[in-house]
Amino acid sequence: MNKLIGKFINTNDRVLDLGCGDGSLLAFLKKNNQVKGLGLEIDHQKIQKCLQKDVSVIDQDIDSGLSNFQDQSFDAVIMSQSIQALRKPEVALEEIIRIGKEAIISIPNFANWRCRLQLIFGGTMPVSSALPHDWYSTPNIHLCSLKDFEKLCVDHGADILDRQLLSFDGEEQSFMKVAPNLLTEIALYRVKARN
Amino acid sequence: MSIDSLGRVETKSFIHRDSFSLKSGKTLQGFEMVYQTYGELNEAKDNAILICHALSGNHHVAGLSEDDKKGWWDDMVGPNKAFDTNKYFIVGCNNLGGCHGSTGPNSINPENNLAYGSSFPMVTIGDWVKSQDLLRTHLGLPYWYAVVGGSLGGMQALQWSIDYPDLVKKIVVIAAAAKLSAQNIAFNEIARQAILADPNYNSEDKLPKTGLGLARMLGHITYLSDDAMREKFGRDMKKGEVNFSYDVEFEVESYLRYQGESFSNRFDAHTYLLMTKVLDYFDPAESHKGDLAKTLKSVTAKTLLIAFSSDWRFSPERSRELANAFIEAEKDVSFLEIDSPHGHDAFLMPSETYDSAIETFLEKNE
Repeated sequence: MNKLIGKFINTNDRVLDLGCGDGSLLAFLKKNNQVKGLGLEIDHQKIQKCLQKDVSVIDQDIDSGLSNFQDQSFDAVIMSQSIQALRKPEVALEEIIRIGKEAIISIPNFANWRCRLQLIFGGTMPVSSALPHDWYSTPNIHLCSLKDFEKLCVDHGADILDRQLLSFDGEEQSFMKVAPNLLTEIALYRVKARN
Repeated sequence: MSIDSLGRVETKSFIHRDSFSLKSGKTLQGFEMVYQTYGELNEAKDNAILICHALSGNHHVAGLSEDDKKGWWDDMVGPNKAFDTNKYFIVGCNNLGGCHGSTGPNSINPENNLAYGSSFPMVTIGDWVKSQDLLRTHLGLPYWYAVVGGSLGGMQALQWSIDYPDLVKKIVVIAAAAKLSAQNIAFNEIARQAILADPNYNSEDKLPKTGLGLARMLGHITYLSDDAMREKFGRDMKKGEVNFSYDVEFEVESYLRYQGESFSNRFDAHTYLLMTKVLDYFDPAESHKGDLAKTLKSVTAKTLLIAFSSDWRFSPERSRELANAFIEAEKDVSFLEIDSPHGHDAFLMPSETYDSAIETFLEKNE
């Protein structure tokens, strides 16, 4: 996944990673794309790991807003598989495309066939490698499908520049093109604000 | 003495003989600055850290003084502590205007051979940083690996990164702000009025101890959180019941009076007045019409900002404002808000998150 995201990032770009975790992605991009990176994270143990990797990190909750970031102040804003865990994904999307000249957003696809089967035949909320939590303890409060996310983009002023269809481990799978909304486990989008 | 203590530490003195001009337009005909050092300077001379003190602090940062007093940050500075003296050469100095050995209101004014007292010129954080740079030269240090401080000390670290971008690699700014809020200045003003209204202020043979004690009592309240005070004192009473008088009844009254009194015996009222003014005047963005991000454009130091959740004297919001300005200036900044019940005083106390953030940030990554 890091490599794939790296392809969308230019050398020396200024990159903001929202929900940067332990800073692995930013460390990778710093090494390979020489980016100037900044991460947002609220888990102090993960912040510690960012500092260990020499990744700059701000202790800030995305749900409390991103108004402290200037318009178009980053070349790329990355949100990797966390938009579905936000209280207001639509507000986050608007903010992301305001702050970033481009945004890279990945989502776990809730309409994947495995999820559908679990719900139809198992009668339980789907649990998968991309969505490993039980319904009561999941941080994913706003799950969506590819179709849902693409509609969100249309409705909230984001143009989709690119879409990659991936398995849960971040591998590109060309067969998924046959029926993206059914087969894809994780989708990676490159979007920007509509002109 | 614990194995992690530095043991007895020695105070040294640096004397600057040339005149030293201050931002106020006044000039000091030279000055003395006392300092302590801990750990060893390595051969590359790239492990020196300056620790700047806050309002009531001084050069005795860690270890034991000659009269067996622990340094004000002994919990965090020493062998295997957050500021590890096995790795770093750490310097603490007493700032100009202080009352613990450096030139200040108690020093003799060479112009009239009398103690300066209230005539000691106003100093600013910029003046301090300039004097600390003279100490750096005196110590033969090519640059500071890091400049660090909490509260007023954090402001000095920030000023260092702005004024001498080539001479500092990292700064840690703890529980500080880019400038004081009106509320914060208001607290300082009450502290000053307490001292200035003391009939012994500027008396020839008496000290304004009552006023200084009051100022300290007020300050002390603002350094603690509501929760911390509730936890520590609650409504506990000295004698278990009210006695309908103005004597000390509640434990918290007794504590504050004790704090005020002991402080007034070891600190100078003129220095206290001066320090509060230094705080009030601090506003590095002034040079750029209030635009802090523009002010920070010249900064090259990697920056770590730390704030504490229950600190209301220098609230996390002030640190966030500072972080935002660093981000806007496209600087290398990290910010951590640590959960702590201890209010502003939390910056003096070690904790796992706090210590490891500092240790990790100070590690050499190159």
